Amino acid sequence: MSEAAATDHATTTGMSHNKLAMWVFLGSECLLFGALISTYLVYRGRFATGPAPGDIFDIPFTSVSSFVLLMSSLTMVLALSAIKRGDLRNNRIWLLTTALLGSLFIGGQVYEFTTFFREGLGYTTSPFSSAFFTLTGFHGVHVSIGILMLMSMFISSLRGSLRKEHSETVEIIGLYWHFVDIVWIFIFSVIYLVPSPTS
Amino acid sequence: MTATTTVEDVVGQPLGVYTRPRGGNGWRDWITTVDHKKIGILYGVAALFFFVVGGIEALLIRLQLATPNGTVLGADMYNQVFTMHGVTMIFLAAMPLSAAFANYLIPLQIGARDVALPRLNALSFWVFLAGGIVLNLSWVLGGAPDGGWFGYAPNTGIVFSPSPGMDFYALGLQMTGIASLVSSINLTVTILNMRAPGMTLFRMPVFTWMILVTQLLLVFAMPVIAVALFLLAFSRLFGARFFDPSVGGDALLWQHLFWIFGHPEVYILILPSFGIISEVIPTFSRKPIFGYPFMVFSGIAIGFMGWGVWAHHMFVSGIGPISVAAFSLSTMFIAVPTGVKILNWMATMWGGRIKFSAPMLFAVGVVSMFTIGGLSGVTHAISPADTQQTDTYYIVAHFHYVIFGGIIFGLFAGLYFWWPKVFGHQLSDLIGKVNFWVMLVGFNLTFGPMHVLGLQGMARRIDSYSPGFGFEFWNMVSTIGSFLIALSIAIFVVNVIRSAMKAKGQPPCGPDPWDARSLEWLTPNPTPVHDFDEIPVVESLDEFWHRKYGTDENGRVVRVASAEEVCQDGSAVGVHLPSPSFWPIVFAAGLPFIALGLIFNLWLTVPGGLLVVMAIYAWVFEPVDDPDAAHGDVSEVADTTEEAPVV
Amino acid sequence: MSTDTVPTDVAVDDSNVDDHDHPSDSKYFQIALILGVLTALEVATYYVDIGPALIPTLMVMMVAKFFIVAAWFMHLRFDNSLFTKFFVGGLILAVAVYVIALSAFEFWSKG
Repeated sequence: MSEAAATDHATTTGMSHNKLAMWVFLGSECLLFGALISTYLVYRGRFATGPAPGDIFDIPFTSVSSFVLLMSSLTMVLALSAIKRGDLRNNRIWLLTTALLGSLFIGGQVYEFTTFFREGLGYTTSPFSSAFFTLTGFHGVHVSIGILMLMSMFISSLRGSLRKEHSETVEIIGLYWHFVDIVWIFIFSVIYLVPSPTS
Repeated sequence: MTATTTVEDVVGQPLGVYTRPRGGNGWRDWITTVDHKKIGILYGVAALFFFVVGGIEALLIRLQLATPNGTVLGADMYNQVFTMHGVTMIFLAAMPLSAAFANYLIPLQIGARDVALPRLNALSFWVFLAGGIVLNLSWVLGGAPDGGWFGYAPNTGIVFSPSPGMDFYALGLQMTGIASLVSSINLTVTILNMRAPGMTLFRMPVFTWMILVTQLLLVFAMPVIAVALFLLAFSRLFGARFFDPSVGGDALLWQHLFWIFGHPEVYILILPSFGIISEVIPTFSRKPIFGYPFMVFSGIAIGFMGWGVWAHHMFVSGIGPISVAAFSLSTMFIAVPTGVKILNWMATMWGGRIKFSAPMLFAVGVVSMFTIGGLSGVTHAISPADTQQTDTYYIVAHFHYVIFGGIIFGLFAGLYFWWPKVFGHQLSDLIGKVNFWVMLVGFNLTFGPMHVLGLQGMARRIDSYSPGFGFEFWNMVSTIGSFLIALSIAIFVVNVIRSAMKAKGQPPCGPDPWDARSLEWLTPNPTPVHDFDEIPVVESLDEFWHRKYGTDENGRVVRVASAEEVCQDGSAVGVHLPSPSFWPIVFAAGLPFIALGLIFNLWLTVPGGLLVVMAIYAWVFEPVDDPDAAHGDVSEVADTTEEAPVV
Repeated sequence: MSTDTVPTDVAVDDSNVDDHDHPSDSKYFQIALILGVLTALEVATYYVDIGPALIPTLMVMMVAKFFIVAAWFMHLRFDNSLFTKFFVGGLILAVAVYVIALSAFEFWSKG
C-alpha cells in the first residue's frame, strides 16, 4: 500500500500510532462503562416511589433496537472490507447504512425515553431513574458521536478525499463503533434481560 | 519524502483553507507548538505557578491554625482554602510537573524526535490549563469548592454546599482528567511505538519505565473519576438523585468510585518521582542502578496492587468487617514492592563514590522522608489503629510525608538534575544545597509535629481549636516550619533568576555536566529543536554511559571517550518535524465556556460547543504538514511526524 | 532504514501487514447470522421460563457475542496481540474492580 502503510513500519512494534491509541482508549472506556453499569446495578432496586425497572422495561421493543445496533456492526465491517478492496462505492453505501442503523437505534432510544417519561420515570425521580438515564444516555452519546464520524467519512468519501489508502481511518472509527456495540450487548443482557426488581 | 502529496491526499480542495502556522520564536510559536520540549516547559511553568498558588493557600491554613481560635480565615473560607489547597497541589501542581518531565524526557530517553501524536500532546496541555483556570475562577465567581479534595457525598450536594464551588470542582477536574487521559494514551503509544533501534523494553531507563506504569494507571483510573464527577455534576446541575439519602442514594457509592481512582492516583503521583531519583542516584553514586529488573518489576507490581487497596481509605465508613480485613491485608502487601525500591536505592549508593550535589541531596531526601511516610502508612493498614487515626492530623502528617517528602523532593531533584538539559546552564549548586536544607528542616518542622497532634486527637479539617488541649505548641511549630518551606521555595526562585542572569551571554554548559548515564544526554544542552541529529542505535542499558566508558585488559572500568566525542553536536539541518497547529488551543478554549455555561447560563455553552466542534473539524482537515516546511531529511529515520489525520 | 533493526521484544505478529487473510464478506454475514441467532435465543429467555438456569445462560450467550464481535469484527483474532492485551487488560481490570466494589455493597446477596 502507499505512504500510510510505509510509515507504519517506522514504529517499533510495526503498529500504527493511531490504531494503538484507539485500542488503549477502548481499554480505558471499559472502566468508564464499568463504573456506570455498577452504579446502575447498585441502584436498580432503589426506585423510591417511582416506577421500578421491572415494571417499565419493554423487552420486545429493546430487542428490536438491540438487533438493529448489532447489525450495524456487520455493515461497518463491510464498509471496511470494501475500502480495503478499493471499492469506494460500496464503502459509501455501507458507511451510510451503518449511520442510518445507528440513527434508528438512537431514534428508538429517544422513543423509549419519552415513553418512560410519560409513565412517570423522570431523570430526577429516583436513584434508579438517574442511573438508568445516565448509563443509557452515555451510551447514546457514544453512538451519536459515532454517527457523526460515520457521516463525516461519508461526506469525505463523496468529496473524493477518502480513498483506499485511508482505510485505516475507517478501521479505527470502526473499532470505536464495534466497541459501542459490544457495550450495548452487555447492557442489553445485564440491564434488560436479567430480571429486574418490580414494585 | 511524503509532504507534497499528502496535502492533496487529505484535503478535498474547497476545504483546504486551513493552513498550518509556521514556527518562530514569539508567543505565537508557544501557543501553536507541538514540540514535546516546549510543551514540557509549558507544563513545568504552569505547574510551578499553581504550586505557588497552592503554597499560599497552605500558608493561609497554617496562619489560621497557628494559635487557638484563629481568626485569619472564617470557617467557610477555611473550607474553601483547604479544599483548593489539596486540589491545586494534586491536580494542578504535582501531576503536571510530572507530566512536564515525562513530556520533555520520554522522547529523548527512548531516542525519538517527538511523541507519537504531537497535536494531541498540545491539546493535553491546553485542556489541563483551561481546567486549572476554571477551578481557580471559582474564587471570583461565587466561591471556591468547599467539600475537600475527596468531595464526599452528600456533603457536596446542593443542600450542604449551595455555592457553585463544587460545580467548578466537578467540571474543572473533569477537564484536567480529560487532559491526563489524552496525555496518558499518547505517552503509552510513544513509549511502546517510538523507541530507537535496539531500545528494547529492558534497555529503557527506570524513569521511562515508571512513566509507562504511571500512564497505564492514568489510562485506567481517569475514566473512574470521570464517572464520579459526572454523577456529582449531574446531581448538582440537573437534580439527579445519586447521592440523595432520602430516596435511597448511597454516599458510599461516591467513596468507592472516588477511591478506586484515588488510590491509583497516589501511585500516579509517586512513581514519576521514583523514576527521577532512580536516574539521579546511580549518576551521583557513579554506579549502575542496583537490581534494575527488580526496580522495573516492583514498579509494575505497585501499579497492579494499587488497584486492590482503595477501601483502606474507608475503614470507618461502615463497609463491613470482611471488606476491612481484606483491604487491610492487601494494603500491607503493597508495602513489599515499595520496600524493594527503597532497598535498591540504598544498595545503589552502597559502596559508590557518592557526590552530594543538589540533585543527589533531594534524591536522598526522598529515600529518607518517603520511608517515614511509608512507615506511618503501614500503621494505617492495621485497621484498628487506623480507626484511631482516621480524620486526625496523624493522617495529614502521613500523606504529606509521602506527597511532599516523596514527590516534591523528587521533582526538585529532577529540576536541579535536568535544568542544564532544558536551559543549557546549571543552577547554582551551593544555593541548591541551601535550598535543600531549608526545605528539609522546614518540611520536618511543619509535618513532623502533626504526628503528635494527630495522636493527641486533633481533628483534620477543623477551622480552629480551643486553648487547653495541648495543641498550641506544636501548631505554632508547624506554622513556623511552613514559612521555612516558603523560604526554601523563594531560594529556588532566586537560584533560577540568578543562574539565568549569570548564564546570559555565556556559552551553554558542556554536554554532560553530571557524567550521566541515559540517552537524553546524547543531545547537546539545551536540546536542539530536532532532538537527535541522528537516531542512535542502542546496545545496552545506560547506553550513554557505555559509550563513554569501557574496560581495560584487567577488567577495570576506564574512560574511553570524552562527552564531547560521544555527544551529538545538534548541527543537523532540515530535519522534518511536525508542523505547529492552532487547533489544540482553540479546542481547549471552548471548554471553559461549556463549563461556565453549565453552571451559570446554558447559552454560554453554544459558543463553547461551536469552538470545540470547529477545532475538531479543522484539526481533521488541516494539512498533515506545512508543504513549505523543511523536509530534506538528513537521516533516513526522520519519519517521526504525524501520519493520518484522524482522531 | 530503521526497519532493519526493529526490536521484537513486544510480541509482534509476522502478520502486521494489513493485507493478510481477513475474512471474506460472506464470512462476515455468517458471523452476523450467529450473532442474530444468539440474540434471538437471549430474547427467547424472556418468553420461556428456564428457572435458575436463566442468568448463567444469559451470561454465557452475552460473553459469546462479546467475544465474537471483538475477535472477528474488531479483528483481534488477526491483529497484533498487543491490541488484545490492552483491551482484555482493561476488561479484566474493570470486571475485577467493579465486582469487588459490588461485593462491598453486598450486591450479590441482596440484589
